[in-house]
Amino acid sequence: MVSEEFIKKMYFEMLRLRMIEERISTIYHIAHEIKTPTHLYTGQEAVAVGVCQNLTQKDSVSPYHRSHGWYLAKGGNLKRMMAELFGKETGCCKGWGGSMHLLDVDAGVMGSSSILGGTIPHAVGCALAFQMKDLPHVAIAPCGDAAVEEGVFHESLNWAIIKKLPVVFVCENNLYSTSTHLRDRQPAVEIYQRIASLGIPSKKVDGNDILEVYQVAGEAVERARAGKGPSFIEARTYRWREHVGPNYDYDLGYRSKEELDFWMDKCPIKTLQKKMTLEDSQIEDQISHEIDEAIDFARNSSFPSMEGVL
Amino acid sequence: MKMKYWQAIHDATVQVMRHDERVFICGLGVPDPKGVFGTTLGLLEEFGPRRVFDTPACENATVGMLIGAAQQGMRPIMVNQRVDFTLLALDQIINHASKWRRMFGDVQHIPLVIRMLVGRGWGQGPQHSQSMHALFAHIPGLKVVVPSSPKDVKGLLIASIEGDDPVIFIEHRRLYDAEGDVPEGIYRIPLGKANVVYEGKDITIVATSHMVSEVKKARDILLKNGVSAEIIDLRTLRPLDSKTIIDSVKKTGRLVVVDGDWGPCGIAGEIVSIAAENCFNELKSPPRRITWPDMPAPTSVALESKFYPSIEDICSVVYQCLDRPVEMLQFESAQPESFIGPF
Repeated sequence: MVSEEFIKKMYFEMLRLRMIEERISTIYHIAHEIKTPTHLYTGQEAVAVGVCQNLTQKDSVSPYHRSHGWYLAKGGNLKRMMAELFGKETGCCKGWGGSMHLLDVDAGVMGSSSILGGTIPHAVGCALAFQMKDLPHVAIAPCGDAAVEEGVFHESLNWAIIKKLPVVFVCENNLYSTSTHLRDRQPAVEIYQRIASLGIPSKKVDGNDILEVYQVAGEAVERARAGKGPSFIEARTYRWREHVGPNYDYDLGYRSKEELDFWMDKCPIKTLQKKMTLEDSQIEDQISHEIDEAIDFARNSSFPSMEGVL
Repeated sequence: MKMKYWQAIHDATVQVMRHDERVFICGLGVPDPKGVFGTTLGLLEEFGPRRVFDTPACENATVGMLIGAAQQGMRPIMVNQRVDFTLLALDQIINHASKWRRMFGDVQHIPLVIRMLVGRGWGQGPQHSQSMHALFAHIPGLKVVVPSSPKDVKGLLIASIEGDDPVIFIEHRRLYDAEGDVPEGIYRIPLGKANVVYEGKDITIVATSHMVSEVKKARDILLKNGVSAEIIDLRTLRPLDSKTIIDSVKKTGRLVVVDGDWGPCGIAGEIVSIAAENCFNELKSPPRRITWPDMPAPTSVALESKFYPSIEDICSVVYQCLDRPVEMLQFESAQPESFIGPF
């Protein structure tokens, strides 16, 4: 059983991600200060937060292009993320990465990649290093549902299984690869069922129910930490906004307003609120202030220079 | 002490692994009874299965996994028995390993050495004999090493393992039994420094890898015919030692590049460009490239003998550069083929 205090913490973390992403969506096009393809995490917050609440600082996460949620949930520095989005020298990659390439080594956030499936083997490699050094750490390999179509996804699972590595694969199945529905891309057998045939624990969770994500991820993380090998989790969830950029895109026709409404009703934050009263304007003010400070920091920072690099 | 090329690779690996626990090695066949043509024999017994292990045939994920291990402070070595197999891992090599240092603002370095072998002859055919060094040398963030001698292969491998960047380390199967003096203990040959193998005054011949040994034989023939050739072994293609090339071409005024690869968009063209940009006024004749015909490598021995440039070809092109009559070249009888396959 999780405590009331812990539920409040998860609520705060999800709300923080939501408010950060929504703020980015409002400022994205106003003055074109953020010139980097940005894949917002709105709607999927329960997955990254639910998984990362099971982790220590030394555990690693190797995010993918929809990177903000994982970076922040693992403890990545917000000011340095915002500055990276603004292309400033104070950014976490000093302006060389942008939204799709965040890292915060001290927080255990390994670099993220914009190539589908690209960082899945990196997480496996972090786990390999943990095993070689006899460290009790766990590596998280997040990916979207389209990455499951990549060869490297299967090669990475193969490695993790034969080496019995402390890694948890977390597939955020949000149904769409840009605008192509899952049913047009993959066999009808559910992803987690296909992976189960490899002989590792493989579970489907409601990715909008943070308590379920937290619990199932917790079992997988503990299993990995105990040296019992990898697990796979398919978290069913939904991204609210367009694949990349700040807008809603149901007008394009690849998905309907009704479908979006259905999932907005299943909002992970609202879902948690149904379990206990959590609304707290003080918390919202506190987060809003933190975001203001991060944006000010980004705005007031200098652009990087090519001096010393060329 | 006298050592063969493959023994020097083995020696370098053992010595580095003895003093640096972060170094480990994996690849298809690494712990098997043949030990990648001898280069990994005994490593499993000495260092154990955690640091020496076989790999499933997942080249791309293996490179990705080694990137992840490097992120956590390890220094991995991967071995591919052929360059061609490495092409399955281009996503992790080019999109990931090569970018990691710069893309993240010089925060995370990826020390990773990927050893790979070029096959040639004995019917290795089009998918077992590619060099591909030009492809890798095109990519910023990679280092590309093409050692030609036992001494060099040891010193360059040690420097590669100890460096902080991903290194494409291309070995040539035909050099494996070449013997030479190799210093004992750990020593490094810096990446980015070419070797003037022989000084000469009439013409500069630039070569890499196995082609260096062919050029050395050509030099002996040329010397007997009264031509003094300066031989430069590039050793590494990235970083490339332009200065040594420029100094030599300015001195001799003539350039031939001998590259075991295709000509178009290749290293030979790059060397010629460097000469054109920097030594235009000193050049006494047009620079020449000696490369493979513009087609996949054949398999039949009858076709192979026409595909790969011969020592006679090298000497003939040098003669043309010097405006000497090629028919006057005196050759000794060719050495019989010594390499025995199948692999």
